[in-house]
Amino acid sequence: MPMRHDGDDAVVPPEGPSPPAPPAAIELRGINKSFGAVRANRDVSMTVRAGTIHGIVGENGAGKSTLMSILYGFYGADSGEIRVAGKPVHIASSHDAIAAGIGMVHQHFMLVDNFTVLENVMMGAESGPLLRESIEKAHGELTRLATEYGLHVDPGAVISDLPVGALQRVEILKALYRDARILILDEPTGVLTPQEAEQLFRILSALKERGVTVIMITHKLGEVMAITDTVSVMRRGRMVAERATAETSTEELAELMVGRKLKAGVSPRAETVGAPALAVERLCLRDRYGVARIDDIGFEVRAGEIVGIAGVSGNGQSELLEVLSGITPMTAGRIVVEGREVSVAKPARPDEMRGLRLAHVPEDRQRRGLVTAFTARESSILGYQRDPAYNGRLFTDYDAVDGHCRDLMERFDVRPPLPGIISGKMSGGNQQKLILAREIDRDPKVLLVGQPTRGVDIGAIEFIHQQLADLRDRGCAILMVSVELDEIMALSDRILVMFEGRIVGEVAIKDADTSTLGLMMANAHEGASARGGTSGAEPVA
Amino acid sequence: MEEAFVFVALTMNATIRVATPLILCAMAGMFSERSGIIDISLEGKMLGAAFIAASVAAVTGSPWLGLAAGIAAASCLALLHGFACITHNGNQVVSGVAINILMSGLTVVLGIAWFQRGGQTPSLEASARFMPISLPLSEFLAEVPILGTLYSRLVSGHNLLVYVAFLAVPLAWWVLFRTRFGLRLRAVGENPKAVDTAGISVAWLRYRAVLICGLLTGIAGTYLSIANNAAFVRDMTAGQGYIALAALIFGKWRPWTAFGACLLFGLLNAIAIRLQGVDLPGIGEVPVVFIQALPYVLTVVLLAGFIGRAVAPKAIGEPYVKER
Amino acid sequence: MSAAPAELPRWIDIGLIPVINICLALLVSGLIILAIGENPVEAMAIMIRGALGYGEGIGYTLYYTTNFIFTGLAVAIAFHAGLFNIGGEGQAYIGGLGVGLAILAFDSTLPFFLLLPLGILAGAAFGAAWAAIPAWLQAYRGSHIVITTIMFNFIAYAVMVYLMVNVLIKPGQMSPESREFAAAGQLPFMHEMLAGIGITVTPTPLNLSIVWALLCCVGVWAYIWRTRWGYELRAVGHNEAAAVYAGARPRHIVVAAMCISGALAGFVGFNEIMGVHHRLLLNFPAGYGFTGIAVSLMGRNHPVGVVLASLLFGVLYQGGAELAFEVPTITRELVVTIQGLVILFSGALAYMSTPWVTRVWRALLAWRAGAAAAEGA
Repeated sequence: MPMRHDGDDAVVPPEGPSPPAPPAAIELRGINKSFGAVRANRDVSMTVRAGTIHGIVGENGAGKSTLMSILYGFYGADSGEIRVAGKPVHIASSHDAIAAGIGMVHQHFMLVDNFTVLENVMMGAESGPLLRESIEKAHGELTRLATEYGLHVDPGAVISDLPVGALQRVEILKALYRDARILILDEPTGVLTPQEAEQLFRILSALKERGVTVIMITHKLGEVMAITDTVSVMRRGRMVAERATAETSTEELAELMVGRKLKAGVSPRAETVGAPALAVERLCLRDRYGVARIDDIGFEVRAGEIVGIAGVSGNGQSELLEVLSGITPMTAGRIVVEGREVSVAKPARPDEMRGLRLAHVPEDRQRRGLVTAFTARESSILGYQRDPAYNGRLFTDYDAVDGHCRDLMERFDVRPPLPGIISGKMSGGNQQKLILAREIDRDPKVLLVGQPTRGVDIGAIEFIHQQLADLRDRGCAILMVSVELDEIMALSDRILVMFEGRIVGEVAIKDADTSTLGLMMANAHEGASARGGTSGAEPVA
Repeated sequence: MEEAFVFVALTMNATIRVATPLILCAMAGMFSERSGIIDISLEGKMLGAAFIAASVAAVTGSPWLGLAAGIAAASCLALLHGFACITHNGNQVVSGVAINILMSGLTVVLGIAWFQRGGQTPSLEASARFMPISLPLSEFLAEVPILGTLYSRLVSGHNLLVYVAFLAVPLAWWVLFRTRFGLRLRAVGENPKAVDTAGISVAWLRYRAVLICGLLTGIAGTYLSIANNAAFVRDMTAGQGYIALAALIFGKWRPWTAFGACLLFGLLNAIAIRLQGVDLPGIGEVPVVFIQALPYVLTVVLLAGFIGRAVAPKAIGEPYVKER
Repeated sequence: MSAAPAELPRWIDIGLIPVINICLALLVSGLIILAIGENPVEAMAIMIRGALGYGEGIGYTLYYTTNFIFTGLAVAIAFHAGLFNIGGEGQAYIGGLGVGLAILAFDSTLPFFLLLPLGILAGAAFGAAWAAIPAWLQAYRGSHIVITTIMFNFIAYAVMVYLMVNVLIKPGQMSPESREFAAAGQLPFMHEMLAGIGITVTPTPLNLSIVWALLCCVGVWAYIWRTRWGYELRAVGHNEAAAVYAGARPRHIVVAAMCISGALAGFVGFNEIMGVHHRLLLNFPAGYGFTGIAVSLMGRNHPVGVVLASLLFGVLYQGGAELAFEVPTITRELVVTIQGLVILFSGALAYMSTPWVTRVWRALLAWRAGAAAAEGA
């Protein structure tokens, strides 16, 4: 099948899977959607056949969720046409989508925590102004749906008492209760245990058997292979391919998702790797629900090497950076930085970690890396605001800060080079360069970097990569988290792959290739722990 | 014995009088806050309604027109609050403060301009007020010991708006927990996004909530100026809107418990008035102001989680903006 | 408060839009004056003349301004930390109590130059303490600071009534006031100080505390924008996640910001008790704490803006009093009304006009670009 990979204008005309093709349940034609300067969807067209399970795969930010939110009326498309069962429809709100027979299970559940299952299901689809008749009807419906599709949930249970798997069933029940013939699921297994996922798939199959069309957004290729009939691949806002699941493979999909644009490393690898500068042992982080976000991780980063952490986002990478930088306290294990031990008993806060010459370029610069309301000058000392270099006994020496900022801006080519500019008004690339400049200016022993080039223009990407490589060559130990596999491949000396809070693989750069890594990221590679023991799992609720 | 009984009866009656506007305002605040809109302008809306109701009643001689005008005035202010908080995503606390201050000024400015009585409205004839009503058989039953006396002395003999206030509680409960509107209202204060994705308009739901709030604060204000009193006096709400807010929080945003808190706070006030200047043996003169301040102290203690926990509706104070 | 769209230049955002908001507030005020049958232009003229036209008027205007600077700064610094302090009224009340207690205790033993810092410290300490409790409850117990500070206003009122009526009242007197302070415990009036250098002005309540108010402005400005603590305070207010990343401790900062805020509000007591009344009495905060909210919103939480807004409100208060005196149908409460409108338009509806302004600005840019293109052709 003809296909181009370089993110140009190629839109592959959707070719239906093997005949006889059932009628189209959904047709999208030329959908465009921009958020400010970001083009989330570019001329996207897609056809979903009735009564099939259709997967949409793509990396984070590929535009899958935006597309489905347009279909569900949460955003309006800038241009394009939506047809449901062959008829053009205008979907301006969720109300219209529901009326057109579309239901959606959002990634973050849209449930009212202190309501019962029954109340959540009937809200918005009540039978009359008084609740009594609605309750009776909903009770009957729930019982029917439960037996028909295996969607067992106690209607009287309060949402906040239920496990995630049950919440998802409630969301599906909500859609079915509104007579949805088309069900969209956004990353449905992201929060599920393997057993719960297995159960979900059985439900989806039951839905399909009864003629419901299912669209599933995911980045887990194993699931796509296991359950879908057809699959569409999105990359950078475009629809780049469509395949019949039976005729494709995980390797092909992984390649399509990531693209093949792989470059050589920006500079020769460091010859000499020094002693471990950062050591992590049996590190664990449990969230307030007791779910393990980081699950017993151990690794080392040596002076003069870049260790890349690959993985689909949401598999614990963000949490790992926050724990290592002292923002989130760990729940077990220990970290050794520069000979100092940090553990549950001996915690260290972000300023103390900085004191150990551990620098951190956070993943989300707008949320953590700088204060958008601050001037560039002020943002250029964030985290170092107590440094004696900028402070007298009482007052901050803004001449010194100003000089420091100018110096950083000049050396790192930050534009415009005005220390007085409001940080939020700088472009993403320049913000990132300023943050990077601030963090590596002090010659850290350890640098944590999250998504170093997310939302950064091409020119700045090269520059940032070069800076990281130079820093490595000066003997810094760098731990880099990125969802861009290209970036990981281009910079790292060693690659660790994270999946569901664990490290599931380690590859030296010379042995790494996209498809192996892609499979590891989906935890579908050889030797991956099988998702066994799922058959025969009972409803959790 | 007889003396004690009279004391109790008088205190209970005073409690009912004091608690009436608190109950109405607490129910009003409940609708607004359950929908996610903080309302610290109960005070201002009640004050505006009290003034307009008294003015209209004085000019027309009709308590009913006064009531209608009071409700209309409070509803306008509620719409203003909604316009700032729902349409323009303004800060809900700032908007509330603005309405309170605006009303404490405007009622006096207009009062003096219209009636030239130092901010007071003309005294109303009985026919222009809501007067106490004798319930059927109260005369007859007054002679029956205990129950009869209770009925004739306590249940009977209040004005219409008192009964409205006491009926507002079961009604509010019924609307909130037994109707489709109530279900959606409770949902929008917890998770507006869930409501939006269920195909319901968040803004329209919240506007209806603040309008109900306007209606009830309008009745409360009207009660103050033309039922409980015979004229509007400047600043006549005297912080009762805030006490009602405290009662609402103390009652954990629920109708019956808020109602209980209103009665408790009303009782504290009634006792404080009774004990004014009374020397109790062994204690000396009772510091009445502390009894009056007790509602505030209790609310602070409750909010701090030292006795139970008052959990506000989850989305309260947050404007609903669809995020990217 | 929602943010203004990024595309407008800064001078429109911090210069033009606040002016538009105040104009809207004044416009509605004019309509109210019109509605009660008076001429708004004439009323405005009387107010300005009454507030600024002669020595006594100016003195009163500046005396009011002093209080507004204190409460305006108090609200502003809390805003910078992302907190809404509605409790200025109660903190002013308790701050005044502190001033009064300190002076009553020491005015017979200590000289003026020691009583002056003592009064300031006492006002600050009491005001700060009264603000620290709601702050602590917010930071460590999660109770909403708006609600607790409202409650603390009423509790402060109760405490003061009790103390004045039962404890501090001067024996043998009906009205609840303390004894008068000795001369050493009184701040000099401005007219006294000016008389000292040979300038004679009409006596007004304006006193030395206005100097302290201006010093506080400088101090608050320096603290917020020129110290590392102010840096962290603003970081917490703008973006708590970034502040945590930077090593700041949000809970400590919440408490510290509220203490400073309360101390500033407490200085109203310094002006009123030590500067004007020279005795402890009831009701001296007179709504200044609430006016501080309007002052801060209008002054965009910047000390310079606070001074300007305080002056405006000083003019409104003093001018309003003159107006009420000259025009019988108008009362002083007109000023309170205007204050409410200012809070409404500068606060809750602060960004109501931005879509319109943005549209005009875009049209202007397009027109200018068009003109430039025409010129180039």
